[in-house]
Amino acid sequence: MFRLDREAIALRVAKEFRDGDVVNLGIGIPTLAANYIPEGRTVWFHTENGAVGFGGSPPEGEEDIHMTNAGGGFVTALPGMSIFDTIEAFTIVRGGYLDITVLGAMQVSEKGDLANWLRPGRLIGGIGGAMDIVAGAKRVIAAMEHTDKKGTPKIVRECTSPLTAVGCVDMIITDMAVIEVDKEGLMLVEHAPSLSVEDIKSVTDAPLRVSGELREMEL
Amino acid sequence: MKQKLDRNTIALRVAREFRDGDVVNLGAGIPTLCSNFLPEGRKVWLHSENGVLGYGPLAGPDQQDPNLINAGTQFITSTPGISFFNSADAFNMIRGGHVDITVLGGFQVSEKGDLANWILPGRGSGNVGGAMELVTGAKKVIVAMEHTTRNGEPKLVKECDYLLTGKACVDMIVTDLAVVIVTEEGFLLLETAPGYTPEEVQSVTGAHLNVSEKLKEVQI
Amino acid sequence: MTLAKLRGRARSDKVFVTFAEAVADVQDGATVIIGHFGGPGGMPMLLLRALRDHGARDLTIVGNTAGIGVVFGAKRDALRIDPGVLVENRQVSRAIVSYPIAPGAPQPNPLEEGFKAGDIKIEMNPQGILAERIRAGGAGIAAFWSPVGVGTIVSEDKETRTIEGKEYILEHAIKGDFSLIRAHKADKAGNLIYRGNMRHFNVSAATASRVTVAEVDEIVETGELDPDKIVTPGIYVNRIVCRPKQFRGK
Repeated sequence: MFRLDREAIALRVAKEFRDGDVVNLGIGIPTLAANYIPEGRTVWFHTENGAVGFGGSPPEGEEDIHMTNAGGGFVTALPGMSIFDTIEAFTIVRGGYLDITVLGAMQVSEKGDLANWLRPGRLIGGIGGAMDIVAGAKRVIAAMEHTDKKGTPKIVRECTSPLTAVGCVDMIITDMAVIEVDKEGLMLVEHAPSLSVEDIKSVTDAPLRVSGELREMEL
Repeated sequence: MKQKLDRNTIALRVAREFRDGDVVNLGAGIPTLCSNFLPEGRKVWLHSENGVLGYGPLAGPDQQDPNLINAGTQFITSTPGISFFNSADAFNMIRGGHVDITVLGGFQVSEKGDLANWILPGRGSGNVGGAMELVTGAKKVIVAMEHTTRNGEPKLVKECDYLLTGKACVDMIVTDLAVVIVTEEGFLLLETAPGYTPEEVQSVTGAHLNVSEKLKEVQI
Repeated sequence: MTLAKLRGRARSDKVFVTFAEAVADVQDGATVIIGHFGGPGGMPMLLLRALRDHGARDLTIVGNTAGIGVVFGAKRDALRIDPGVLVENRQVSRAIVSYPIAPGAPQPNPLEEGFKAGDIKIEMNPQGILAERIRAGGAGIAAFWSPVGVGTIVSEDKETRTIEGKEYILEHAIKGDFSLIRAHKADKAGNLIYRGNMRHFNVSAATASRVTVAEVDEIVETGELDPDKIVTPGIYVNRIVCRPKQFRGK
């Protein structure tokens, strides 16, 4: 069955960014979205270790260990960048100044519950900023593969992994579909090229309503 | 010769309490005068609620900078190592236990150490300002004030009848007549103004004064 | 330096020559707040190494990680010291953390093994709430109502309250015996400035302990730092130690 690659998922995610948005990107696929900001839009990237307005990676040899994002990637300064401490970084988050966060996920439930911090079989994991960010961000987008490596659905009725937050996810963007989470559950709004609704339903473990305006994902 | 302490002398006496390295917050009135009498050879870090730490004596007429003022809106000077921050941080310092001494004015102090210093009876409003936080967070609270009101009524009392700033918070009171500390047994008179007897001080005090065995005259 | 000598030091004498003497009085059972985020940026590495060599045991460590091997944000020539050196050296009995394990770490690290064996207790926190708990400790706020982690393991056994229709968790302040922090420059009064994103947990950690020790690249005379650029006022900082030349900026 056709699947988008990670870059294509990131490309679709980036289309959600509006001009002037403050955006926090989690580790993994979300980080890639920084490379696909729609032309003509200014997006302010926010990181938990204390910066807003950073840019892409520096050329090799110019990395500075005091210029990194929360995932440890080296970044550069864009005009207007500001630097602060973690207190300030989360004041921005909980205070409602963060427009969008994009996170990876192990599971998302039909109620929008998110599980993304403890891997199956492990005793400890990293919560990091995820709980704070989903509690504060105006929009939460989960960007992930539709199933795990064994083909098990990651979009489920109830999460079985420990939760990051209850009812927080607004939109799920996967290698197969774009799904919105609303009060009634999940609504399929876009499908990847050449995939049918049935293809997507067959690997989704929760009821999926189909939007009257269902369309192919624009990439 | 009988000699009441004037406002400057009260401030001078208070400033002797400052140790090297102390962080000190000075309230409005007599307390601000302390900044002009910092003990020589000791670095005292003067703190103010508007977000400054490490200011010096009050500024002269030709060195006034509107962005260099204390919480009492007086022009101040800087000393090496001065830093600036916002008011939230200024109060974090206070509540967090980083301020060693606060010196405040007072309307009334009770023998239990209760302080009333923000609103007078009959007035519709008063200024709480930073005082409630200061008396909660500072390690030592010194009240600098006249011993009586203008009408001669005692300001050191058994119970405050004005609205409180803080309960059981005052450690020491320096007035124009005496230096008194607050103990579990009530007021303890440590020093008297030159020429004044303990009895004379007691006669204008509204609560019992225990007299220290080491009672002495205020050294000026 | 003997402990007696350390205790006899003048309060305003903040410059320490060696990292060892700056942590010489950390006692067994102490709570140590470690200002850091994850990688080598803003990590008080030489203080951590000194505390490892010092050997105090039964420590409670507080910080974003409990040591993830500085796998990220590290240049090839970077020092590789993080709170993990204390865990590996079996000095830690409790870790108050947010991100104790490296992303994608295939093998359990010493922390996970210690946890399994029952030797180490782990208290998990959302990152921003951990920072806020440390700030509250330094600011004399006993506890606060947080919206983060409702309905997750973070809210287990905690008081909750509905405020204006939303559920909140009561989070308690954290205070330390020692804070080990990293800054760029200090003056002799302990005023600190930072460089790049070194500030993360260091700014709040500086305020929350009985003794705060700062590891810096340079120490200048009091008055040489621009007051408008000072981020951490010196009254929070009790000891400052300068990195040897070869480690500066790393």
